[in-house]
Amino acid sequence: MSSSLRELTRVRFLMFTREPEAMFWVFLFPVVLALVLSFAFKQRGVEMVRVGVVSGETEERWVTALKGGESIKVVPFVTRNEAERKLRSGALAALVTGGEPVNVRCDPTRPEGETARLRIQDAIQHAGGRTDPVPVVTEVLKDHGSRYIDFLIPGLLGMNLMGTGIWGTGFSIVDWRQRKLLKRFLVTPMRKSQYLLSQVLSRIGFLILEVVVIVAFGVFVLGVPFRGSLAAFASICLIGTFCFSGLGLLIAARPRTIEGVSGVMNFVMMPMWLFSGVFFSYENFPEIFHPAIRLLPLTALNDGLRGLMLEGTAGPHLVVQSLVLAFWGAVSFFVALRIFRWQ
Amino acid sequence: MSDFPPIYARHLVKRYGDLVAVNDIELTASAGSCLGLLGPNGAGKTTTIEVLEGLLVPEQGEVRVLGLTWQERGREIRERIGVQLQETRLPDKLTPFETLRLFRSLYKQGHEPDEILETVGLTEKRNVRNVNLSGGQRQRLALGCALVSQPEVLFLDEPTTGLDPQGRRRVWEIVEAFLAKGGTVLLTTHYMDEAERLADDLVILDHGKVIASGSPRSIIQSLGAEGIISFALSGGVDSLDYSTLPGVLSVRRDPDRVELTVRESHETVPALLDFLRERNLELAHLNTHPPTLEDVFVSLTGRYLRDE
Repeated sequence: MSSSLRELTRVRFLMFTREPEAMFWVFLFPVVLALVLSFAFKQRGVEMVRVGVVSGETEERWVTALKGGESIKVVPFVTRNEAERKLRSGALAALVTGGEPVNVRCDPTRPEGETARLRIQDAIQHAGGRTDPVPVVTEVLKDHGSRYIDFLIPGLLGMNLMGTGIWGTGFSIVDWRQRKLLKRFLVTPMRKSQYLLSQVLSRIGFLILEVVVIVAFGVFVLGVPFRGSLAAFASICLIGTFCFSGLGLLIAARPRTIEGVSGVMNFVMMPMWLFSGVFFSYENFPEIFHPAIRLLPLTALNDGLRGLMLEGTAGPHLVVQSLVLAFWGAVSFFVALRIFRWQ
Repeated sequence: MSDFPPIYARHLVKRYGDLVAVNDIELTASAGSCLGLLGPNGAGKTTTIEVLEGLLVPEQGEVRVLGLTWQERGREIRERIGVQLQETRLPDKLTPFETLRLFRSLYKQGHEPDEILETVGLTEKRNVRNVNLSGGQRQRLALGCALVSQPEVLFLDEPTTGLDPQGRRRVWEIVEAFLAKGGTVLLTTHYMDEAERLADDLVILDHGKVIASGSPRSIIQSLGAEGIISFALSGGVDSLDYSTLPGVLSVRRDPDRVELTVRESHETVPALLDFLRERNLELAHLNTHPPTLEDVFVSLTGRYLRDE
């Protein structure tokens, strides 16, 4: 590495570390986002159903039976009217009254109504002396990798690599252009490709920090699995970073103002935020669009990261995804070098 | 080595659309000298210097820097020149030391950044962020960036615009030190005092054309005048004809004063006083000084350098 390339890269890196806002968006924001989303989509325990009983109208043995039933929350009422009102408003799933026959009022067309009916039936029959002729063992599924947060973390990582790659290179280039620093470099012997390359290389330093922060948070705090090879994971992160900083160079090749470049960045990134499977799978879009969606660089990166983390896949898919990323990166870099506005 | 001087341009023409920014300009700066491009804003100074720096390609004319042409040996020229552009804003978040280290890294050879900090008087500000430097300190840092490659030729575009008198003097001292070591300088300015102090030779530009050239002394002598008399009457503006007074070469009226360019002040001043006394006019102000470049510019164009 020539000394000018090293120095340009170092300066870019230094300047970034001196921007507190940028540090927030790169490192803290994805972690906060993951935390909020994992909280919102947290898997709770089995949902309790609320079953009303009325003193004097529900026989005491049934109240005891319901309390011993599975996942039933017994809510006592003093008057029948009050209980009926709660039932109509949906605050109760069912209301149990009477002795024999037991009267269960509920709406079985609503899921919790039907669940309540079955659980009440079960509890009361057991209390009444029914025994189950066939033993059933329920195995509770706790497989990590199928939760929403597991889907989300690789997507957030991909989105973050795209965002920092494009913002990080784009804004700094336009800022230097506005300061006439790029013009100043033109009267030095600096090679133009070195300047552009330094922008890409300086991203790699952040890449390591960024990936470690987000993946460590995902794996150690949220229990997201990491099943694939570390080397394959590192290499697709690297290719992804190259790709997006290349795109950043291309986006920033011409604009003269920060406002101008922001517009182009949003125009480029918006479709990928929507289509590339960050927050939800692109399988939700009609199948006819899938091949096109898979050619988007963020889709390739997200699919690669997700495959490696959740399923541990490497091999042909990963090669295709890497090629898609490398193609976008290389084309962007060389077009940017061609059309770059220095003054 | 070639026989060309370090800075050499003949018949330069640069157009922007219909506008002829530079119209058939000639320049030469010999080794170790400072050539000043003097003129008001919009005269074509920046266009001329940017052609010489290789940033602009002229429509016509020949340019040689250190005897080399930009088309054939551009990279080599860049290794050997130092440039300070007008209004470059260096990165806010870097320190002067880091800024100089960056510029140094772009060249094969040059000075240590710390030596340059010493040269431009920023050693104490070595590790302060650029954003916290004063205007004069930033300007000296920009000059340092131009000097860090140990250039043979220095191009300075309006190096002291916007600085206070002390800041300007410090820049001048740095440029003088560079000249004293044998460096060659091309400087644009619209300050005549700067041109008089630094430049061995001057080219005065107006509307893209050379209107005078030579050493500051010879340009001033070309006026043929030894003095400028500037005065104002207490009664305000008058319409008297002063051109018939002895020794008067030209008369110039401003809203608040009259300026006479004269052969000899001591010949004209007594006659002027008599002339006014005869007409019962009273002086509010009278001042005589030897002619300056400003007076040359005024007499050639009818305008002041700083007007525009």
